[in-house]
Amino acid sequence: MNAILRIENLHKRFGDLTVLAGIDAAVEAGETVVLLGSSGSGKSTLLRCINFMETPTEGRITLHGRLVGEERGGVMRYRESELCKLRTRIGMVFQHFNLFPHMTVLRNIMEGQVTVLKRGAAEAAAKAREQLARVGLSDKADEYPARLSGGQKQRVAIARALAMDPDMMLFDEVTSALDPELVGEVLKTMRRLTEEGMTMVVVTHELGFAYHVANRVLFLDQGVILEQGEPQQVLKEPATQRMREFLDGHSLFKLPD
Amino acid sequence: MEWNFWAVMTDFDLLLLGLVNTLKVTALALLFGVPLGLCLAVLRLSGARLVSAAAAFIIEFFRTTPPLVQLFWFFFALPILIDVRMTPFIASIVTFSIQSSAFFAEIFRGGIQSIDQGQWEGGKAIGMTYAQSMRRIVLPQAVKRMIPAFMERSIELLKTTTLVSTVAYTDLMFQANDLAQKTFRPLEVYTVVALMYFALIFALSQLSIAVEHRLAKSGDSTVR
Ligand SMILES: Nc1ncnc2c1ncn2[C@@H]1O[C@H](COP(=O)(O)OP(=O)(O)O)[C@@H](O)[C@H]1O
Ligand SMILES: [Mg+2]
Repeated sequence: MNAILRIENLHKRFGDLTVLAGIDAAVEAGETVVLLGSSGSGKSTLLRCINFMETPTEGRITLHGRLVGEERGGVMRYRESELCKLRTRIGMVFQHFNLFPHMTVLRNIMEGQVTVLKRGAAEAAAKAREQLARVGLSDKADEYPARLSGGQKQRVAIARALAMDPDMMLFDEVTSALDPELVGEVLKTMRRLTEEGMTMVVVTHELGFAYHVANRVLFLDQGVILEQGEPQQVLKEPATQRMREFLDGHSLFKLPD
Repeated sequence: MEWNFWAVMTDFDLLLLGLVNTLKVTALALLFGVPLGLCLAVLRLSGARLVSAAAAFIIEFFRTTPPLVQLFWFFFALPILIDVRMTPFIASIVTFSIQSSAFFAEIFRGGIQSIDQGQWEGGKAIGMTYAQSMRRIVLPQAVKRMIPAFMERSIELLKTTTLVSTVAYTDLMFQANDLAQKTFRPLEVYTVVALMYFALIFALSQLSIAVEHRLAKSGDSTVR
């Protein structure tokens, strides 16, 4: 199988709290996987383990067929330099944007290219403008983030991640902090990425997005993947009581745009 | 009582030399103290508990002990321990570099900690190392917030350097003492010297207020 990402037996504990209790999953190239689950079910933790913003307590993560870290004496060891490199291959977009407020939009998008990938300033600027056009914000290159709307900030954050030429993208509730009327523009940008063949793992409460855009939906509950499958099936005919309760809690599917 | 500034005025160049030396000690203490303070802050914030505790101890030690004791220790005690030739100048620079670095460390730490955790995450997510995030993302924002505290501390440092006169370094205070004894005119000498310190520090604090004003106006847009 042509899996870009493979997760095997992933566990994450914070002290006594077990958040992930054995996750097995794979993401194919070009796939958009939506991760559902109630608040506190460990969706962010799972995403953050994929790019090692959190270190898994147990388990293996394979990227492009290569195991991340080395196994020594039954324990996984990770080198920070390897993880930094890995993070350049996996873009991440956050709920609260985390743009750099002391830099213009263009500088925000150039920063990783220049400081981490060591691209020249001209090349990085050209690439940044390209990505800015891709998210429809070419006219905002010289603004500071503070002067943008939430939706625009989030699209800049997406452009910043894309500028690194990542193999896949992680989205962690990227529309949850937005005013309702701004959600659509961000979802539309993400939908276009899916159509362009970007590999994506998306945590969202926008069931409409899951229904219409995702290739696959995973439902995370009590530290394990309780249900998974095509969105039309999982969202319409949930197999478990937990999933039914979760869906009942959401005002059902609004279409993105 | 009759004021007579004649003696002070004829030897005013002595006081000017003292002023230059005061500024020299202050500037050099800043030059070494600020980077040293940053190092201490970074160590203090490091995840390694032992390193962090050691840095915390050094910071606390130099913030708590009287600067005069520190100065005497470096001038009189250190040369007994190790083979160095201590001059008043070197003892002054060493003392006030380290002493002020302890205060700057706390200012740096406060500034760094005031930056939202999301900024570190934003850097980390595009592959930055800790050092890169610190240098490119966190410090530039933290430094901006630190400027008022930094200026206040620098002014405090300038005042504290009067202590170097006690180990016979020829700063403004030392020159004043010297001149007062030579001319038997302590009233005029110390009045002039007080006015010189006042003018200098008043100018600096006005500058500091102006800078703060600028910062306030440009807006601290760090909050996301
Ligand atoms: N760094 C951390 N330290 C301790 N507990 C954490 C940490 N991060 C997350 N948790 C806990 O893990 C659980 C899952 O959190 P999270 O992954 O953020 O859930 P979700 O994103 O699904 O809402 C929560 O109970 C949360 O309090
Ligand atoms: Mg979350």
